[in-house]
Amino acid sequence: MAFAGRVALVLALVVSVYGIVAALYGARHGRRDWVDSGRRSIYCLAAILTVAMAILEVAFIRNDFSYNTVANTSSTTTPLLYRAAALWSSQEGSLLLWVWLLSIWASVATFITRNRLRDIVPYASSVLLGFGAFFTTLLVFFDSPFAQTHPAPVNGAGLDPLLRNPSMLIHPPMLYSGYTFFTIPFAFAVGALVVRRVDADWIRVTRRFALASWLFLGIGILLGARWSYYELGWGGYWGWDPVENAALMPWLISTAFLHSVMIQEKRGMLKIWNASLVLGASTLAIVGTFLVRSGVLNSIHAFGASTLGIPFVALIAAMTGGSIYLVVSRREVLRSEHTLDSLFSREAAFLLNNVVLVGLCFVIFWGTFFPLISKAVTGTSAAVGPPWFDRYTVPLALILVLLSGVGPAIAWRRGSLANIRRSFLLPLLAAAAMAIAAYTVVPISSSIGVVVLFCAAAFVFASVGQEFWRGWRVRRATASESPPVALASMVRRNRRRYGGYIVHLGIAVLFIGVAASATFEHEQTLSLQRGQSVRVGAYTMKYVKATGSVVTDPNHTGATMTLGAVLRVTRDGRYVGTLRPSAGYFPASPIVPGLVVASLISGDAVDQIGLKSSWRRDLWAAIKPLGTTLPANGTQLPEESLVNRADGLVPTSESGPDQLSLAYYLLRAIVAHYVAYPPPASFTLIASPLVMWIWIGGLIVLLGGLTAIWPAPSALRGRVRARYLARVAQELGRA
Amino acid sequence: MTALIAALLIAALLTFVLWALSAPFRARRSDPAAGDSDARRALESAKEAKYAEIRDNETDHRTGKLSDDDFRALDRQLRAEAVEILRELDELDSPDSGATV
Repeated sequence: MAFAGRVALVLALVVSVYGIVAALYGARHGRRDWVDSGRRSIYCLAAILTVAMAILEVAFIRNDFSYNTVANTSSTTTPLLYRAAALWSSQEGSLLLWVWLLSIWASVATFITRNRLRDIVPYASSVLLGFGAFFTTLLVFFDSPFAQTHPAPVNGAGLDPLLRNPSMLIHPPMLYSGYTFFTIPFAFAVGALVVRRVDADWIRVTRRFALASWLFLGIGILLGARWSYYELGWGGYWGWDPVENAALMPWLISTAFLHSVMIQEKRGMLKIWNASLVLGASTLAIVGTFLVRSGVLNSIHAFGASTLGIPFVALIAAMTGGSIYLVVSRREVLRSEHTLDSLFSREAAFLLNNVVLVGLCFVIFWGTFFPLISKAVTGTSAAVGPPWFDRYTVPLALILVLLSGVGPAIAWRRGSLANIRRSFLLPLLAAAAMAIAAYTVVPISSSIGVVVLFCAAAFVFASVGQEFWRGWRVRRATASESPPVALASMVRRNRRRYGGYIVHLGIAVLFIGVAASATFEHEQTLSLQRGQSVRVGAYTMKYVKATGSVVTDPNHTGATMTLGAVLRVTRDGRYVGTLRPSAGYFPASPIVPGLVVASLISGDAVDQIGLKSSWRRDLWAAIKPLGTTLPANGTQLPEESLVNRADGLVPTSESGPDQLSLAYYLLRAIVAHYVAYPPPASFTLIASPLVMWIWIGGLIVLLGGLTAIWPAPSALRGRVRARYLARVAQELGRA
Repeated sequence: MTALIAALLIAALLTFVLWALSAPFRARRSDPAAGDSDARRALESAKEAKYAEIRDNETDHRTGKLSDDDFRALDRQLRAEAVEILRELDELDSPDSGATV
């Protein structure tokens, strides 16, 4: 079947190239049949790549280790769910996932526009197929997921234990969906600029794709943060890692675009700005894809050094150069149709929000690429750390949160000072009340930033709450509906507006969680013996007993051995909860003859944190059982002397299965010894307030995004259209 | 057996691709109204956006963000813009436009 997969990839490349040529030829010569054939290439690409994905996925599920990618990233001991997701843990598999998702979303866009934007579509199709051709070229000539080894190894290396986390199952598809969704607005922007048709029609058609990209990228970023919090054992959710930043940058630019595009739709303004944002966000998405694969920057999330850097640099250069050329050469048709009516309008607030978002993106870009910039200038690579990022991003984030309360409270086009005073009275009172409340519980001198953020968040809650209240009251007055029905129909009739407001609420909630947890966190990293206690903030954590298991990993990650601890947490003598952190030990590959027991546990060791989470605070614990540090990967191997003695008891003359049975038996004995006489273990213990608000804020943002993206019911559209048609017709009669 | 399935899969893919890509040439569909249809869709889309803008303006007024004077002035302007779009749509329908629908 691997041969069929390879043929499918070659066919995908041929179809992509054919589609580009057919669409461009059809556009140049006015041949609709050629354009249609080019458009259909996108459907064919999706079908072919779906077959390729299915072939590879079946190979993973069936443990077909003749495929190199399966042998390198899966194994018979990898649980089925993680085997199914192991496809995108390899570079070649993730590239296939990228181009497959691209082909699916491109097919949806092509279907939606089958009878629209006919002058733009051929060029948009060519751009989308250009991406398809680029990625299938990488898969055919550079890094094939269907490369094989004969004879096939008996077992594979297994999925990286760090990736055996539920968040990681869906994090990559979410992130790649975000990246690939934005290629749709990019392709149509290029098409619109090529044919010089820069009205808002292409924006209206592709707006939902931009919103979907923003939504999926946001979910992907948040899932990555959760994975970091649960899996990496350092207790944080954001470390300004280059790969994290690479996903955040296009998300920030697409946030700016989703706001400023409304100004173009309504006023025909900011065309150059919007075109630049679309082109920039998509280029940044490719930069993100490149960063993970090129090895140019150190990141725990990267695939490591590879040969794909140069093709990606070429693609990024082509996208950047082409974008600049198109915008500059079309600057005449991109001129604004109107000017800003008032500085107190929603347009002005959106403009300011755009400047802050782009500024934030620039700061992150500078910090992320600083190692490369410094190396180019001084010859020495120097990196900037989280404090540098915090210094510049925190003030900008504060302004953003505040603006997310300002925007909803002012009108489009004209906002008078009197109306602004009226709209801002309640939010300002809420912010003042929050300042007084914070003053009583927080030492302001040491945490002025977080208090300002709490006030800004209170401003947002009051501003958005006031908007819902006013809208609901109007709806109640005009439609005589019951309170819940009035609220639901108010949102349903203007999903974009109220969906956006819900997103603003979610962002404020999320930032409260970030600010509080970053500022008021208490952390202790120390070695504890069984029976010892330590104070972490207001909590006392006591190491009550050691735990251990062999093969039957309580976290279902496929670890051979799991060693952990039970921690009893109290506050002022009262029981609060129990934490059960553990460390999972995975087998080394291949198993070394004479060192079978050691081989079973000397692969990677991964933290499984103990967590007690509530809306008020998180109690977080990670354990590293102490022992001899393995030179290969820095893992601390506990009970090393026992392991060595156990290996001496396993006769090398035994057959493989018998050797393994004996090794597992001895390993159980070692674990039983560890549980009975545990040596000291190293703990990282954290008490952090309001972390759950980050995830709840993310869910609110998701809800708002889904509300905004959901299409209006057609019947409602019909009624609205009929009503307004009648009114405009009335105006026509008067004219 | 696996080789046979692989061969059938490749054959099916090739057949599908050839069928799908050649369909527009086989159909030989003439599409003389494409330009007109695109212009109409663009105008319809602009009209919908203008109506949404009128609706937004009304919401802003009802929720107290716009004064009566500002609302009236803006509403008048937006409706005039909507009327202009309707006129352009009517022009597309008129016999002088040369469109064959």
